Amino acid sequence: MLEQIAMWIMGVGLAFDLFGCIGLVRLPDVYNRAQAATKCVTLGTCMILLGVALRAFGAPDGAMAVKALLCAAFVLLTSPVAAHAVCRGAYLSGVKLWEGSVEDSFSERAEEIRQEQTTEGSVDREETETA
Amino acid sequence: MTPFEQIAFAVLILSSALCLYRVGRGPTAPDRTVAIDILGTLVVGFCCLMAWRTGRDYYITIAIAWALISFVGTLALAKYLEGRSYDA
Amino acid sequence: MRWLLCLVTVFAVWMLLFWSVDPWVIGSGAFFSLIIGSLLGAVFPEEMQMFLNPRRWLFFALYLPYFFFYCLRANVDVMFRVIHPDVPIRPGIVKVRTTLTSSMGKTFLANSITLTPGTLTVDIHGQDLYIHWINIDTDDAQKRSAEICGRFEPLLKRIFE
Repeated sequence: MLEQIAMWIMGVGLAFDLFGCIGLVRLPDVYNRAQAATKCVTLGTCMILLGVALRAFGAPDGAMAVKALLCAAFVLLTSPVAAHAVCRGAYLSGVKLWEGSVEDSFSERAEEIRQEQTTEGSVDREETETA
Repeated sequence: MTPFEQIAFAVLILSSALCLYRVGRGPTAPDRTVAIDILGTLVVGFCCLMAWRTGRDYYITIAIAWALISFVGTLALAKYLEGRSYDA
Repeated sequence: MRWLLCLVTVFAVWMLLFWSVDPWVIGSGAFFSLIIGSLLGAVFPEEMQMFLNPRRWLFFALYLPYFFFYCLRANVDVMFRVIHPDVPIRPGIVKVRTTLTSSMGKTFLANSITLTPGTLTVDIHGQDLYIHWINIDTDDAQKRSAEICGRFEPLLKRIFE
């Protein structure tokens, strides 16, 4: 019974994984792709881990269940941060939004960040030159 | 292998193939970085399926290590894209 | 205090990973958590001290199912957009303000926003969040904040502030 439920959970998770990857191929620019792929693949993998944990819980195999839950927590915490970092890096490295986009409020802030970086960089260089 | 495991592995392999298509096609560096990050998360899924199949818990340990290391790798790539030094 | 909390957290993770009460496991766990605690205590987030209060744990337990519900909704939403033959998206980056001030609260808000329907946090600056929204449906700044942050702010405020 527990194994049946675990299999259903894993099945839904696998479907989410697949749709996330289809999104990665079909959507037009890096921000949309990161969005679809991160959401779907994170939850999909977490559901696979939950399924494994559920079966191990019924086995009973406490070590495996706890490890799977811990791994789900790690995936849930790290993967949005990675997506956020990559998108910020993409914007600052000059990747344009898709031409169908309707709004872009980040351009001013991005300009500020670039200026901060160049001033920081010049300070660093001066320090190294004097040293 | 039970039919469920066969289907599960097939779905994950198909997903990885789609990711690899995006890694190869590009067109920009961030696209590839996102695809590699997603591939890392899919590998965690593969490890889970192996744990399911064999009932051994060290596959989950591998999954934990893989999840954390691929996270660090993606952050390093993101920093590189921003054009900044790694310690900032 | 901070060092002690870091040490306890590291030791708890160690024990969860091994899941046995063998004296060797406990001994080596204590040894390694002493080393790591003394090395990393200085960078351990100060706000973790708030979690000594059990009321915050209660609200955190309430927050998890709430978050999972929105996560599932987000996935169904993305599935619909991806299978639809002409990909109905209307993307753009918008700026919203949050009322949260603690850094842990803002981190959790940003992560929750990334995993919920149609939004992805690109940057945080002070209390401004820059959010990539896959389907912009309103031009009103107030409504946008309510739609993006309003779901999680009341609970996160109770957990982290």
